[in-house]
Amino acid sequence: MLLRHTPKEISERTALTINPAKTCQPIGAMYAALGIHGCLPHSHGSQGCCAYHRSTLTRHYKEPISAATSSFTEGSSVFGGQANLLQAISTIFSVYNPEIIAVHTTCLSETIGDDLPQIMKKSIDEGNTPEGKIVIGASTPSYVGSHVTGFSTMVKTMADMAEPTGKKNGKVNIIPGWVEPCDMEEIKRIAAMIGVDITLFPDTSGVLNSPLSGEYTMFPKGGTTVAELKGCANAIGTLALGEWCSADAARLLDTKHKVPCSILDMPFGLKATDRFINALRTVGGTTVPEEITDERGQLIDFISDMHQYFYHKKVAIVGDPDQLISMAEFLMSIDMCPVYVITGTPGKRFERRIKEITKESPFPVKVKAQGDMFLLHQWIKNDPVDLIIGNTYCKYISRDEDIPLVRWGFPILDRQGHQYFPTVGYKGGIRILEKILSSLLDRTDRDAPEEKFELVF
Amino acid sequence: MPKTKKVVEWKPVDVKTELLKQYPPKVARKRAKQILINEAQENSAPPEIMANVRTIPGIITMRGCTYAGCKGVIMGPTSDIVNLVHGPIGCSFYAWLTRRNQTSASGEKNENFITYCMSTDMQDSDIIFGGEKKLAAAIQEAYDLFHPKSIAVFATCPVGLIGDDIHAVAKRMKDKFGDCNVFAFSCEGYKGVSQSAGHHIANNQVFTHIVGTSPTEKTDKYKINLLGEYNIGGDGFEIDRILKKCGITNIATFSGNSTYDQFASANQADLSCVMCHRSINYVADMLEVKYGIPWIKVNFIGANATAKSLRKIAQYFEDDALSEQVEKVIAEEMPSVEAIRKDVYPRTEGKKAMMFVGGSRAHHYQELFKEMGMKVLSAGYEFAHRDDYEGRQVLPNLKVDADSRNIEEIFVEPDPSLYKPRKSEDEKISLEEKGLKFKHYEGLNPDMESGSIVIDDLNQYEAERLVQLMKPDIFCAGIKEKFSIQKMGIPMKQLHSYDSGGPYAGFKGAINFYQEIDRLVNSKVWSLMKAPWEESPELSATYVWE
Repeated sequence: MLLRHTPKEISERTALTINPAKTCQPIGAMYAALGIHGCLPHSHGSQGCCAYHRSTLTRHYKEPISAATSSFTEGSSVFGGQANLLQAISTIFSVYNPEIIAVHTTCLSETIGDDLPQIMKKSIDEGNTPEGKIVIGASTPSYVGSHVTGFSTMVKTMADMAEPTGKKNGKVNIIPGWVEPCDMEEIKRIAAMIGVDITLFPDTSGVLNSPLSGEYTMFPKGGTTVAELKGCANAIGTLALGEWCSADAARLLDTKHKVPCSILDMPFGLKATDRFINALRTVGGTTVPEEITDERGQLIDFISDMHQYFYHKKVAIVGDPDQLISMAEFLMSIDMCPVYVITGTPGKRFERRIKEITKESPFPVKVKAQGDMFLLHQWIKNDPVDLIIGNTYCKYISRDEDIPLVRWGFPILDRQGHQYFPTVGYKGGIRILEKILSSLLDRTDRDAPEEKFELVF
Repeated sequence: MPKTKKVVEWKPVDVKTELLKQYPPKVARKRAKQILINEAQENSAPPEIMANVRTIPGIITMRGCTYAGCKGVIMGPTSDIVNLVHGPIGCSFYAWLTRRNQTSASGEKNENFITYCMSTDMQDSDIIFGGEKKLAAAIQEAYDLFHPKSIAVFATCPVGLIGDDIHAVAKRMKDKFGDCNVFAFSCEGYKGVSQSAGHHIANNQVFTHIVGTSPTEKTDKYKINLLGEYNIGGDGFEIDRILKKCGITNIATFSGNSTYDQFASANQADLSCVMCHRSINYVADMLEVKYGIPWIKVNFIGANATAKSLRKIAQYFEDDALSEQVEKVIAEEMPSVEAIRKDVYPRTEGKKAMMFVGGSRAHHYQELFKEMGMKVLSAGYEFAHRDDYEGRQVLPNLKVDADSRNIEEIFVEPDPSLYKPRKSEDEKISLEEKGLKFKHYEGLNPDMESGSIVIDDLNQYEAERLVQLMKPDIFCAGIKEKFSIQKMGIPMKQLHSYDSGGPYAGFKGAINFYQEIDRLVNSKVWSLMKAPWEESPELSATYVWE
């Protein structure tokens, strides 16, 4: 037993987090910034923050993650990090020459009170930021929110680059939230099929799923361009996918530039995808083509064909709020039963939303925001489930309790495919169900006595 | 017919010029002192290298922080100490099971807390009003849940800034519990210039709070400590297997697959064997001063190096029975190593490697590459000091700068009851005359070929340029560097965590490494990068069926 010290009895903890279901803001800001074309993310803090974020993102995407750091020393922690950031900006532009640097803060630079806008202005005044180059900055102290809010904050900073020309450009902004590069690609494919011209931001496709060709470029061809980000102010509307990841940026475009926004759920599963496509064709003023309706039909077909294996199976899900909301709804719609839902990200609204989604469940549902995997494991010890859906860290619970695991979320450190095969949209829904079904049936095959072992499912 | 590409052979001095070309003048001046053409000629003093100095902000460094060195590297691998990180959630999250330090959880009650990630998850209110109360409550909750024999508390950046007195909290809780050793590490990430400072902070505290506290007497015959071995990929398991076969007892490994009791008993060993000189040579010194245990440098990376290290240990104990057993073990183990080495040799001979890793691995792994007939073009450390490059003779001349001054040095004296010199001065001199050198390390540079390039604190830009200019057959560094190198079509082996696989230490480890490098440098994948239409894009517009 690898988690042999986890007791079944649950005692209240007020100060100690064990096996977290979240990490800190800056990594989210770094991931979001990688979705800007020609952008080098920059971590304004100790060099360990940047090293840790790069390592974690690298292990998840199996791709180079380029990002720089202010490399604070004890001296800069006392006297402020301005000199370090100014030198960093100058070094980065002369050595790596990105089009844009996206700075995010850390607990260190926030605690000492470094004033990012002031330093960025000084950088322009003193010529560290060359003409035509851009430095943006987001405040992401690690002691607030989670990696999800850090992502959201950087996306909002990107939206703040928008510059109105006074003329609508006919495009729709789509803010996809923290999804895989392939999910971003799939959203673009769907939008193209529906015939809506979109600006997707951030967009890590073509950045974090790039080919191996024998040549390395720090700034691959993918990513939302600076020009596209500026154009966001002129869009006819914004669809924000996920309240936690994307809503703040969409609301900023709405209040600042009068680009009307709809806050939707992330399009995982049948109903959330339905709402996304319906919203997209409405705002874009187009008709949904038959191919999309057929993709939807294929998903329905899959559900009906395999319903007997899903029906009333109990599932524990752990991860980030936007993903869990859509996943819980998807599971409910195929008559699976999410019984434990945990995110490490704070937010009472999350608990209310999950309760609303699962109110017709035949089983009692436990939900917790700002929870951790230690608690999830204790719940499972008290009343087991048939399946766990979550990130790689769940494999320790899965092994100890002998419960199948579908890896979904962040980070996935031990399996491949998540960056290539989307789980958004109807086709993505089929992908999710295929993974769930394979896990459940592999277990059935493994456990079946010889006389009950079956060829056909 | 495949076209043969003309390979331009760059002179080392021109490579250095190329590496510096893009830099602003100030950066170029600094980097020039950290890039050295190794010219260890017989009649001239080897040139100096600048090391253990501040990273250039924005340069895209390979380095991590002090917390990573303390919690991740040194304290992480110990299975029966509860590690509690005082800070925002991230620091504890990123150090959660990510280093491949394997454990057999061999503590008294088979405790294994390595799979648990614990944090006080500081919020903004804790930053404003102070986090001491929350820390005390978290220690209490950890104690109530796990009843460990020890709880280690780690400071993260904001803790030092807001002035939480973690040592006072730890002391209070230790006194309160009575049966749990609670102690703390001031390992804020901004201290020092790299992980190295964290190793120092961690080792000092282990030495102060644990070493010498075991009530149980170890009565084995040949007792050693293995210092600076972290059991990545099971290296320590393999070394322990060999030591056991030789009849040598490893009292304490600092700190792979280690337990609290091992640390507590370290004062009972009769010899300290130092693997990673960088992370722990000062502990070896302190063990000698306080308890009278001499130390020697060993290296279990490479089959020949392993044999040599075992012979050194046997030589120290001056016991024919041990020497015989060691020779017997070497004779038993070497044939299977040799068989694999001979098998891969024709495929690896003449291949070129680069290594930028750690504080000793860039040195240790030279042995394995040599055994395979490979040449190391360029190497360097991520967080080493000058003595790791140039040898310990430079130690008296090392300048203590502002960043090092802040890292606590502890000074020990002979322990009134536990100090017992294992060898008299005369005995040591006699052994030295026979070739066994105490407190001796020559560093990386003398083992590098003349004209090779030694680079300290390599960064992303230089890594790319080096690969483009010198076209190595394999590049070794860490996870952050891995995929940018591989995009260039050059296989990359992580020598921090080994990617997967291992062990690479000892005899079985050497076999694993030969096979792994053979696999990497001869993988078919590197020949598949170009599509047929990219190889001959000028195809004429006639169709085959015409």
